[in-house]
Amino acid sequence: MGELFWILLSAMVVNNFTLAYFLGLCPFMGVSARVGTALRLGLADIFVLVIASTCAWFLNTFVLPYAPFLRLISFIVVIASLVQITEMVIKKVSPVLFRQLGIYLPLITTNCAILGLAIFQTNRGYDFLEGLFFAIGGGLGLMLALVLMASIRETSEMADVPSVARGMALVLIIAGSLSLAFMGFAGLLSSS
Amino acid sequence: MSSPPPIQPKPDVPAWRLLATLGVAGAAAGFLLVFVFQLTAPIIERNKAERLAAAVQEVLKAPHHYDTLYVVDEALTDELPSGANPADYQQVYRGLTEDGSPVGYAIASGEPGFQDIVRVIFGYDPGTDALLGMKVLESKETPGLGDKIEKDSSFVNQFNGVLAPLEGVKAREGTGDPHEVDMITGATISSRTVIKVINNALAQLEPLLDSYTASAPAALAREDGR
Amino acid sequence: MSARTPQQDFLRGIWSENPVLIQMLGLCPALAVTNTVANSLVMGIATFFVLTGSSFLVSLVKKLVPNEVRISTYILIIATFVTVADMTVEALVPDIHKALGAFVALIVVNCMILGRQEAFASKNPIGRSLLDAFGTGIGFMIAMLMMGTVREVLGNGTILDMKVIPGNFEPWVIFILPPGGFLTLGMWLMVIAWWTERRTSRARVREWPEGVATTKEAA
Repeated sequence: MGELFWILLSAMVVNNFTLAYFLGLCPFMGVSARVGTALRLGLADIFVLVIASTCAWFLNTFVLPYAPFLRLISFIVVIASLVQITEMVIKKVSPVLFRQLGIYLPLITTNCAILGLAIFQTNRGYDFLEGLFFAIGGGLGLMLALVLMASIRETSEMADVPSVARGMALVLIIAGSLSLAFMGFAGLLSSS
Repeated sequence: MSSPPPIQPKPDVPAWRLLATLGVAGAAAGFLLVFVFQLTAPIIERNKAERLAAAVQEVLKAPHHYDTLYVVDEALTDELPSGANPADYQQVYRGLTEDGSPVGYAIASGEPGFQDIVRVIFGYDPGTDALLGMKVLESKETPGLGDKIEKDSSFVNQFNGVLAPLEGVKAREGTGDPHEVDMITGATISSRTVIKVINNALAQLEPLLDSYTASAPAALAREDGR
Repeated sequence: MSARTPQQDFLRGIWSENPVLIQMLGLCPALAVTNTVANSLVMGIATFFVLTGSSFLVSLVKKLVPNEVRISTYILIIATFVTVADMTVEALVPDIHKALGAFVALIVVNCMILGRQEAFASKNPIGRSLLDAFGTGIGFMIAMLMMGTVREVLGNGTILDMKVIPGNFEPWVIFILPPGGFLTLGMWLMVIAWWTERRTSRARVREWPEGVATTKEAA
């Protein structure tokens, strides 16, 4: 149980998917100017990640041992279909949420985070539970990074930024500072 | 004023064409991948085997050759149940001299360290309870500090001949006890992880190693008879 | 699009529409694997291979693919090339493959590649598509090397593991760690923005006709 908890916490803060592994950067850089949106995108991410983790485990255990070279293609196909289905489900269940999430859902498809999770999970040989905790931790980490970036950007909207640093450069420097701060989580769970 | 021409609706692409396109593309992709896979898989396997062999040689201090043993049902055996995949079982490597006498066992294991999992392979002689050597296989510890566990030769060389179970002590606080390992200043957590990996692996495997060594004379006789 | 010359198709990917530095696509690899020059080089070559191969194939079959399934087909093509690249890198340079980790496989979700197919290769003849792919691939490689060189020199004092800074230089380790990736790219973007500003303001000054008061004089 302790090991599962380590996997979750490690994926969430010690080795944050965005700030340490550089996954999920497109939404992180582009869409993260509002805290509310960031929160919702993060939740959608967690949902898709958990399901993707389950599918990846299923593929790795029952299908791929016979054709390991088809791993990437099968992952992509599964992920794309997953996002499609998620979109349809959300549309049916909560049209309000669907309108708010709008264009973000297709962004999740090309979001390296989902594919990255599937590949990391495979490389580390996680079983079903380990993969699940990895996905939850990773999703929470993504949400955390998105929300932090969004709130910093919201607050700094009125700040006087030098013209050379406006736009992406500033976002990257903020991201670098966040990443630096998160490095402090290393050694969190080690016995002193 | 003539009425504008009627808008021609675009002819619907028949479903079979959509499926056929994807099917053909999928089949072509499959063929190409199988071909490249056949080409590269043997090279990749060979690279992995060479790297493992080099690591085993290093930590067992250059034995003549080594056997691969598998942990099956809480016991060491050199034969897997038929049809089983070797990758599913924990492996232990037994180094042997030219005439077949055992040098020691090489064990690989990993535990979470400061940043991420640290994987280590070490050589162990159950007869003398001493380690023969240690090599870090995988580590993402902090460059310049934690990565000294693999780059600092004085740290690594300590593991030649130290007695199990290991005890980590801060540098300059050692009492000369043969179980002691000096931890790297500024990287005590990474050092402690290496020690933990070895101690935990031995705690799990020692009973199996002892029972295998006890039954080894039978194995040795078989080898001499070959 | 067809009014552009072949040279333009080739050159614009290299700088003026550089995929990483100007269009901000393909950031994941640009930040993740540029901690050494060797890694940047191998990643750049792998991406170049995937980009060129898929642009060629997409342009070849563009008439045969119905519109509804074009994205899926392009992704299939790209994924195949990426798998080939992944297996080849693992066979040829296993140590670098280990350092690159999952990122060779993640080339497949690099928006830059799908973007090129959508925007160009699916609508243009093979020759032009190849030129476009070459240009974009070279531009990507240049960006990767810019990042990799700065990060390895400052963070390790070496290029390709050869010491380039004499003396007892204490490396700024942060640069080969994740924050260094973000900071280095941010710094490069600021340098480019500064250089672009200087160029535009100089051009503006040159354009003013004689006798028109500048802001300073009018104040």
